Amino acid sequence: MTQVLDFVPLWTLLLGMAVFFYVLLDGFDLGVGMLFGLAPDAASRNTIMNTIAPVWDGNETWLVFGGIGLWAAFPLAFAIIIPAVYFPILVMLLALVFRGVAFEFRFRDAESRTFWDHAFCFGSGIATFAQGLVLGTFIQGFRVSGRQFAGTSFDFLSPFALLTGVALLFGYGLLGAGWLILKTEGAVQAAARRQGRICLILVLLAIAIVSIWTPLMSESIAARWFAWPNILLLAPVPLATAAVAWLTWHALGSEVQATPFFGAIGLFVLSYVGIAISLYPMIVPDHFTLWQAASSDRTQAFLLVGTLVLLPVILMYTGWSYWVFRGKIHSEIGYH
Amino acid sequence: MELGPVLLSRLQFAWVIGWHILLPAFTVGIASFIAVLEGLRLFTGREVYGCISTFWIKIFSIAFGMGVVTGIIMPFQIGTNWSRFSDAIANVLSPLFAYEGLTAFFLEAAFLGVLLFGRKLVPPWAYFISALMVAIGTLFSSFWILAANSWMQTPAGYEIVNGQFFAKDWFEVIFNPSFPYRFAHVVVGFFVTASFVVLGVGAYLVRREPSSEEGRTMLSMTLWLLTVLVPLQMVIGDQHGLNTRDHQPAKLAAIEARWDTQRRVPLTLFAIPSDKAESNSFAIEVPWLGSLILTHDLDGEVKGLKDFPADQRPPVAIPFFAFRIMVGCGVLMLGLVLLGGWLRWRGRLYDMPLFLRLAEFAAPIGFVAVIAGWCVTEVGRQPWTVYGLLRTAQSVSPSLTSYDVAISLAGYMIVYLLIYPWGLLLMLRIVRKGPAPSAEQDSKIEGGRPQAPVLAGALSLAEGETR
Repeated sequence: MTQVLDFVPLWTLLLGMAVFFYVLLDGFDLGVGMLFGLAPDAASRNTIMNTIAPVWDGNETWLVFGGIGLWAAFPLAFAIIIPAVYFPILVMLLALVFRGVAFEFRFRDAESRTFWDHAFCFGSGIATFAQGLVLGTFIQGFRVSGRQFAGTSFDFLSPFALLTGVALLFGYGLLGAGWLILKTEGAVQAAARRQGRICLILVLLAIAIVSIWTPLMSESIAARWFAWPNILLLAPVPLATAAVAWLTWHALGSEVQATPFFGAIGLFVLSYVGIAISLYPMIVPDHFTLWQAASSDRTQAFLLVGTLVLLPVILMYTGWSYWVFRGKIHSEIGYH
Repeated sequence: MELGPVLLSRLQFAWVIGWHILLPAFTVGIASFIAVLEGLRLFTGREVYGCISTFWIKIFSIAFGMGVVTGIIMPFQIGTNWSRFSDAIANVLSPLFAYEGLTAFFLEAAFLGVLLFGRKLVPPWAYFISALMVAIGTLFSSFWILAANSWMQTPAGYEIVNGQFFAKDWFEVIFNPSFPYRFAHVVVGFFVTASFVVLGVGAYLVRREPSSEEGRTMLSMTLWLLTVLVPLQMVIGDQHGLNTRDHQPAKLAAIEARWDTQRRVPLTLFAIPSDKAESNSFAIEVPWLGSLILTHDLDGEVKGLKDFPADQRPPVAIPFFAFRIMVGCGVLMLGLVLLGGWLRWRGRLYDMPLFLRLAEFAAPIGFVAVIAGWCVTEVGRQPWTVYGLLRTAQSVSPSLTSYDVAISLAGYMIVYLLIYPWGLLLMLRIVRKGPAPSAEQDSKIEGGRPQAPVLAGALSLAEGETR
């Protein structure tokens, strides 16, 4: 078959968007789950839970779509990466089971509420940490032989992956705090502002360490960032990160309602772009490019037709469901 | 058989999908039931429908939440444990799974939030539309997942280049030979399963309080539906069997424990088949009936397992017994439906305690049939993941050791054995409360220390260290 159109750039963009939507949407609701553990009393816990109860299911759907999207658009990457992070994926999935059922079980089962409170909080934290492990392992790259992962299921255990795991805890914590500031008021919001500031400091520290560590770890990443003229062209990324961080810090300390959440999103966008710049055009670092790992044109085209039609529709009705549940949540007026 | 990564991965896949399938088996039917009830409520204005709907939405919310989280596990299984399979068939099957996400999961998820929490927030018609969208989402999901499953059973529309499958014709890939039959058989099976649950709950409510309008409505509606669906399912199942004979003869031979190719074969009601001896013992057979059922011809020929090399045969015992359990459930279902129809004709549907009791006992019968049918079709596909083309043993991730998979399998077992009984108990508790029209009261009981953070222990520890 002659190459008529190259779908790879478009699929890279679509998959990048799907994964980012997941990180953003489930990021804030996993973050809310962790901060839930710090809430002082049952009333504020109910409020916190109610800020995400109607939307968490849709948020988690992006994980399925991101995973299957990777499989469909870049199957070779899927077949290598997923078995390489066997245990982080296992732990993430089991933790997501606990926190997912906690929404209904906690509400229907008042006697065991403490147990499901713990399941919700620890499930959120453990799932986040496991996702951070996956991220760190991915950036570091894999042992590959032929078309298969050639390492062991314990390759994920590395200091760098542990660092990204911890970093993501504070990153999602910051997103969660931003969401709570947006959706609540009074004492719950005040607590979220304090927690947000702590998360912000620690996540910035983590971003700084990762930014120094990755170029030290990989010559190609160092060359990507520091070779001339890249150093000049890419300088806006760290500068913008600093500016957004400064803005977020001030928004957390002021009375504004929405800026902290969008500031946190900004930090995630910039970190995400930073990782993309470091790795492009590799999808399995050091082994396969996006083009080498891509599925056949026929497969990409077949899925693209439907995706381009359905994705805008999905965004529309998902937007509508968020709009239905707009506004602040009060503890006495839950949805249940 | 050695307990290596292949067998353990198979056990793990069977474990996670076997538990997962119970939830769609229930929620696909219940979602449609809720949509019908919301429609009736909107167009007739009768409050009883809203009352029944609210009651089932509570139960549905638990089952659906469990279905979502156990469902997220499924696509990752294909990557973690079956990476060679995922690499080989990605170009053909992955878009089908992706379309499931695009057409079904987002639809279900977005409108589920409104269905569970939005009755007071949106106008009645929008609430009905939301219920409808959730129901349609569950059917779209069934469509794509069964298309993918059917392609693994009866692959079509593909070509193989360097051990990789590529699609040649998407229509043939999706509407492969076994798909229409499997789709009809499974979806009707899911509707029957949910109907028996509703029938059982309705019977319980009527037995507890004979005047219960909600219980009577549930009983009557589902009995009408089952009167149509149970016989229909038997016809579809028969057609599905003919399709299996044409496309997967080894599977059919295993189902019937038939070793030698013959004409005028008997129907084996019971036997103890042995893969090693290549024969059955203790067989109870009805002459000629096998050919009549399997080929619709008294003189029809049925292939035996000895026609296939030993390393291309499925194990016989599981498909053989599972099939008999499934058909046995079908016969029991038909008996109950006929009894119910007769009682309705005599005007005694709601006041014969024996029938109400039987209906209660029959509530889980659909699940038994679904699991049995799933065993027949999936074990019958062995030793292949893609029938006749890709072996299960060549599908597993090469990096996995037995220990890796043993650890993950243990993890899934522990978590599922905690989650499922717990969820079931909560659903039974809702049933026991009944569809009382009063607003649900959140229990006043608070576990543990309600006025302390969940992380209180860890917090005080952390503070103690910093001070």
